[in-house]
Amino acid sequence: MRYLPLTSDDRSAMLATIGAASIDELFADVPVDARLDGPMAGLPMHASELAVERHMAALSRQNRAAADGPFFLGAGAYRHHVPASVDHLIQRGEFLTAYTPYQPEIAQGTLQMLFEFQSQVARLLGTDVANASMYDGSTACWEAIVMARRITKRGKALLSTGLHPHYRSVARTMAKYTGDVLVDGDPSLDAGTDWAALADKIDRETSCVVVQYPDILGRIDDMTALAAACQAAGALLIAVVTEPVALGLIKAPGEMGADIVVGEGQSIGVGLQFGGPYVGLFACKTKYVRQMPGRLCGETVDANGKRGFVLTLSTREQHIRREKATSNICTNSGLCALAFSIHMTLLGEAGLRQLAAINHGRAKQAAAELAKIPGVSVLNNSYFNEFTLLLPTEARPVIHKLAERDILGGVSLGRLYPANANLANGLVVAVTETVTAADISVFAAALKEVLA
Amino acid sequence: MTALNPGGWRPEMIAAGGADDSTTFTGNRALMLEEALIFEIGSTETTGVDFDEAASAADLGPLARTAPIGLPGLSEAETVRHYTRLSRQNYAIDLGLFPLGSCTMKHNPRLNEKVARMPGFADAHPLQPQETVQGAYAVIHELAEWLITLTGMHSVAMSPKAGAHGELCGILCIKAALEARGEDRRVILVPESAHGTNPATAAFAGFTVEDIPATEAGRVNLEALKARLGPDVAGVMITNPNTCGLFERDMKAISDAVHVAGGYVYCDGANFNAIVGRVRPGDLGVDAMHINLHKTFSTPHGGGGPGSGPVVLSEALAPFAPLPFVTKHAEGFRLIEEESAGEDHPQTFGRMTAFHGQMGMFTRALTYILSHGADGLKQVAEDAVLNANYVLRSLEGVLDAPFAASGPCMHEALFSDKGLAEGFSTLDIAKGLIDEGYHPMTVYFPLVVHGAMLVEPTETESKAALDQFIGALRSIAMRAKNGDPALKSAPHFAPRARLDETAAARKPILAWNEPAAAPDTPAPSEIGGS
Repeated sequence: MRYLPLTSDDRSAMLATIGAASIDELFADVPVDARLDGPMAGLPMHASELAVERHMAALSRQNRAAADGPFFLGAGAYRHHVPASVDHLIQRGEFLTAYTPYQPEIAQGTLQMLFEFQSQVARLLGTDVANASMYDGSTACWEAIVMARRITKRGKALLSTGLHPHYRSVARTMAKYTGDVLVDGDPSLDAGTDWAALADKIDRETSCVVVQYPDILGRIDDMTALAAACQAAGALLIAVVTEPVALGLIKAPGEMGADIVVGEGQSIGVGLQFGGPYVGLFACKTKYVRQMPGRLCGETVDANGKRGFVLTLSTREQHIRREKATSNICTNSGLCALAFSIHMTLLGEAGLRQLAAINHGRAKQAAAELAKIPGVSVLNNSYFNEFTLLLPTEARPVIHKLAERDILGGVSLGRLYPANANLANGLVVAVTETVTAADISVFAAALKEVLA
Repeated sequence: MTALNPGGWRPEMIAAGGADDSTTFTGNRALMLEEALIFEIGSTETTGVDFDEAASAADLGPLARTAPIGLPGLSEAETVRHYTRLSRQNYAIDLGLFPLGSCTMKHNPRLNEKVARMPGFADAHPLQPQETVQGAYAVIHELAEWLITLTGMHSVAMSPKAGAHGELCGILCIKAALEARGEDRRVILVPESAHGTNPATAAFAGFTVEDIPATEAGRVNLEALKARLGPDVAGVMITNPNTCGLFERDMKAISDAVHVAGGYVYCDGANFNAIVGRVRPGDLGVDAMHINLHKTFSTPHGGGGPGSGPVVLSEALAPFAPLPFVTKHAEGFRLIEEESAGEDHPQTFGRMTAFHGQMGMFTRALTYILSHGADGLKQVAEDAVLNANYVLRSLEGVLDAPFAASGPCMHEALFSDKGLAEGFSTLDIAKGLIDEGYHPMTVYFPLVVHGAMLVEPTETESKAALDQFIGALRSIAMRAKNGDPALKSAPHFAPRARLDETAAARKPILAWNEPAAAPDTPAPSEIGGS
């Protein structure tokens, strides 16, 4: 077995040192009737690298990769070009095969990277501080709701109907068991957000208002008034960003007064990966930092006075506080945070702004072309790189017909909201820099045919 | 050009700080290279990405982001150098033995990385039409079948994103099962030796956490546990093998007693590496157990994740498993989401995450499992246990091993700080190991042993590697027993000496901020360069 270095001579010599006659003696504490003697029956034996690669490659080929043709899916996961150096660097063994940096003297690489990541995320989201990452956007969103409860000592969260339905679903699942009250609902097919209506619902029990920006239908709006309404009522405004590239073009939630900003960092550096692993972004105002979940990296000095970095404020965390911790999170998403940070460093502010502008321009081009199809209209009065098309018929069957033509034409609202017939004709279309003008033409022509 | 740090970082600033003991101009010492922050070397107008087109003007009105963001950019050449230099300040499995107890830092096969990057896996969207991602569902299903078989359990929830997330999944299954029975049991029993995530998880789900007493031999006290069981106890969370490195001999009796009392058994599977292919938790009466794919099944830990924590479930808990999941049918694989859950899975406790879990970890773990096969996985457990016992017996004469007398350990060897010279601690031994070129073992955990040192060598270490590690640890232990003062200030040869963690927590600096301009800072033109 190529991964196991012990030889049978080694094993014999080691057993002799231990004073055991056989390996079985080392398993003496396992009850006899729970011990398996030989390799488990009915399972294949070890296989060569060639054989395993062949098997996995065959499975990979059964998937239609995004790059194989026109591709317009978003709804919380976005396809962007990731520079080759990102994937090269995250495969450096010193990053890839390191553990959580518990021994800072020999983990400064990871720690400095996390400090840079936290600084980049805080700036991007327009907040004071950010943590060293969460599992993904959806779990970060729920953790933010719990954090707002801890801060305000109130238990009612108002969720915008524009929040990603999976995020809402995660929050509903957790709230069932924690006793938090959630006020939520499906979106309406309106051109604008429901934020003004949300502001009217804030009361003295409200811990937080959760809005997504851009929202699930691609709509963007100014949250300044909502932030003021929250502040007046002693509630917190939580903003959720599932497409952080947008923040190269549109105002950051922190700039508009959001207290906690969480997000999905996947679209920078990480790739689609069929849904995971992704990287949750979590940022807030400095005054709330001790209520934050997750790892935090901080600057300090070593015994010789040199600048260095350590994990800090760990008295919030489970390995110190156990049942009184702010969260049970331990492993987060370090390597994806590294990918995010490298990609962001390559882009820089100038690159990010240009990338965002190209995305927006491409989306406008696509929206204009698709809206020319008879019976098709664009719902949004504003958007970044994703918008909702209203079709004259249910969108789900259309998606499958497009897939038969090798076009992945977006995410139908029927898939996201299967129980809501009012939304069935909606199709969420994302257009990033990876989409070409030819892709848009092919998509538009095919959609026209399918709808005809 | 907009420099974020107008003064500009210059190498001599390290020397100007006055604290550096090296005599070099740069602060570097040959291959030990200092590296400034991106905020100190980059600028907001630099980019390492070329675009094919100019950006068109946006018409976003007041929503346009006009204020500076302050994100530094570097050219590709500088970026590669920055992160490569940083990487060299990290210890990693690729560099040597990484004996972090309960973390299972084994070799990460590179075939796993290659497979995870195949376009059908890496470049597929989670919401693609189901007919276009049958291969991805096949991977999830094939891995699920392996995990079920290896654990002897009824089913598996694949979506949890890490070990602690898996714990939450298992605990919510228990909570849902109790609710379905119409019972309001509030207490989860957790031994003091458990990982901190166990009590944190139980508390997060609204349970009260109570301690399970341990025997002097480092195991769960069965009689004390039985005495505590009752109608208020929802279940127990037990790590097996436990964090003292011992197999819970009474596991089946514990499970039976908990079941008789109407509770459920959660097993923390962090230490599954010791028994994979040799013992099936399902045979021991476990109701739920998470499996850290980033431990037992070698997906890389990446400096703190991502992990993946599928949860195997008993028949009693399976109906409550989270959405979504993959099922196999004659016509192919199907993803069960909220839409079809009503018919197929009406009692589910709900969704734990967006999309369907850590696909990138599934491909790696399945690749690892197929490479090993049933025979290789059994050998993994045996070699892991053999290596740990070899370390235990080679060092028990030098370091206090509190449970060594009670028999063999499993995959990790536990030592205490008993017998060290006055003023010397576990921390000094850990830092001494750094100078010897090793990552230290897990220290001060489990809490039940004073100054605990938990050594998990894993099966991917050769005898020669273990012998050298044992020699190094023996040497350090002798220095600590003899009171060698140099050990108190170790490490001496690492990129940094001991860091001031107290200062970091007292006045947290969690993000980079522009330093206040010093009046005597020379303009960049006076220093030269840019």
